[in-house]
Amino acid sequence: MWIGIAIAVVTITGIALAAGLVLGFISRRLPGNSGDLVERVNELLPQTQCAQCGYPGCRPYATAIVDDSAPVNLCPPGGDETVRRLAALLGREPLPVATSASPASPGCVAVIDESLCIGCSWCRDACPVDAITGAHHFMHTVIASECTGCELCVARCPVDCIAMAAAR
Amino acid sequence: MSNEAVSAAATFDLGKLNGGLRLPGEKEQSTSRAIQLVPVPAQLVLPLTQHSGNSAQPVVGIGEKVLKGQLIADSDGVLSAPVHASSSGKVVAIEPWPVSRRYGDPAPCIIIECDGLDEAVEVAEPVVAYGSLPPDTLLQKILQGGIVGLGGAVFPTAQKLMQASTLPLEYLLLNGVECEPYISCDDMLLREQPLEVLKGAQILMYALGIEKCYVAVESDKPDALHKAADVLAELKDERIVLKPVPTIYPSGGEDQLVQLITNREVPSGGLPTDVGCLVQNVGTAAAVYRWICESEPLISRVTTVTGDGVAMPMNVLARIGTTVADVVAFAGGYTDRAKQLIIGGQMMGKSVTTDRVPVVKATNCILVMSHVVPPLDERPCIRCGECAVVCPVVLQPQELYWFACADDEVKLREHGLTDCIECGCCDLVCPSHIPLMAGFRQAKARIRELADEKARAERARRRFEARTMRREIEEQKRDEELAEQKRAAITAGPREIQEMVERSKQKKRPVAHTKKGPGTDRGA
Repeated sequence: MWIGIAIAVVTITGIALAAGLVLGFISRRLPGNSGDLVERVNELLPQTQCAQCGYPGCRPYATAIVDDSAPVNLCPPGGDETVRRLAALLGREPLPVATSASPASPGCVAVIDESLCIGCSWCRDACPVDAITGAHHFMHTVIASECTGCELCVARCPVDCIAMAAAR
Repeated sequence: MSNEAVSAAATFDLGKLNGGLRLPGEKEQSTSRAIQLVPVPAQLVLPLTQHSGNSAQPVVGIGEKVLKGQLIADSDGVLSAPVHASSSGKVVAIEPWPVSRRYGDPAPCIIIECDGLDEAVEVAEPVVAYGSLPPDTLLQKILQGGIVGLGGAVFPTAQKLMQASTLPLEYLLLNGVECEPYISCDDMLLREQPLEVLKGAQILMYALGIEKCYVAVESDKPDALHKAADVLAELKDERIVLKPVPTIYPSGGEDQLVQLITNREVPSGGLPTDVGCLVQNVGTAAAVYRWICESEPLISRVTTVTGDGVAMPMNVLARIGTTVADVVAFAGGYTDRAKQLIIGGQMMGKSVTTDRVPVVKATNCILVMSHVVPPLDERPCIRCGECAVVCPVVLQPQELYWFACADDEVKLREHGLTDCIECGCCDLVCPSHIPLMAGFRQAKARIRELADEKARAERARRRFEARTMRREIEEQKRDEELAEQKRAAITAGPREIQEMVERSKQKKRPVAHTKKGPGTDRGA
């Protein structure tokens, strides 16, 4: 009888070890699904691209979240709702939004006072979604339908001619 | 002939309409008089948005003199319709004015002070027999007439026809079914101008190459049925058939009419064209006839002025832009009991707070009620299921209501909220007086908002990623160039290096005039 038990134990342990090895090998060699996860996290972010989280845009922040190098509560435009959803997706603690910076005013877009614009094109380079157009030394303008209201251009303007206004 | 056509009404050889209600008709009061023409008012107010889609763009200036039928605002983009002056006079303002579409809130309008001469603009193109035009040209011409669906949805007719013209179509359905209790403008139109309606139908059939047309009219409108049948006998057009339908609210809905007449169900989220049908209101057909054969754009319409708050309920032919106050004054003014003004029908109309709103292309009824229904005490749902029984779209309003309360977008979609036609049947039968339709309207708006937001976020994401990629490529190129220069410097001899230093010195000389690039010297 003891021999029977021993055989069973050895067999089961052997199967478990073999399966563990195979699974471990596969999980190391095959590409993980972290790319997929970044995609899903990115989808939950508001895509304002405002960089208030400290990363240059929503996707970089999503990558940092998945790498576990950033907490989920750095997105002011997304607000508590986004934090809650991110926490639910990743199984982390939903913390209150950390950044105290002014949240990008919802529904607002940047408007360039064209009579003051000197055509320095700094705002164009600051815009994360290419929503500002204009040639160097000429007047610039905001494509209102594409503006996310991130306010990144406002600070860059050397003549303070950009203001935030309620979208139409 | 006419008697035969009408007597066929008894059998109702029709498909099955789900749910619906038999509402008490209130049409007698407004159908006892003939359609009367409202005189030219002192002032016309023509909103730029009288259709679904983009606002029309004004093409006249303030102070400009305009003539009746003149184009004053042109369509903007594909989904839009032009606006024409409905009498002669002077443009005095282009400014916000209360409109019924926004429940009495202001929207941009062109305001014309009439000179009372009612002078018509000279027709640029002579009237030609439409049969000599290719269908495409005909559709283009309809586009310029400012014609929109007069049943209430005011979708630009030309756009609807163009979308349909690429599809195989079997039936044209002319919708003369006014299931709302008070409205009778289509009834009166069929009684007095059946020829225009039916000739309009012929034009539409020609433009789309449809070989069969059903004119749907409720069986409790014997006069309209008789008149239409008489004219049909004169026209000798066998392709057009008169179809009496039972009076059940909301059988006049587009999808419901298709189901009733052809027994085909329009798929969820689809259009009648998906099942080979095109539905047009009878008023729209008459407007198409007047534009194509008489060169008169859509500048007037038949409107019902009724309710026990009006002295002489009747149907009037009003110029688009006449204010409701003028129309009501023409109909004998308000009675002492007038309490509430509704633009549209009792079930689906919009209550407005001011009678300064103008009659627009969508205004099929001006209803003045003597009593305001107080909101009844809302009680908890008792799950009786009455709402599901009457729903013409076979939804489960009681379940939708829970999902709407919970703001559960996914479940709302799954349960077909977007197919709700907002007929209000569920409200009417609910024993707990739950305002179901109001909840659905709100939920629909919320879903639309979320979808818009999502689309915007998606666009922003793509633009951001495209920009990131572009920057990477630029950086890579710069690195390569630098590496190239470095290699050149390494392989170069001392003489070349000396030359290079000289060149760079020359370049640097006018240093006071160089511009600082972006990102340099920030925070100073």
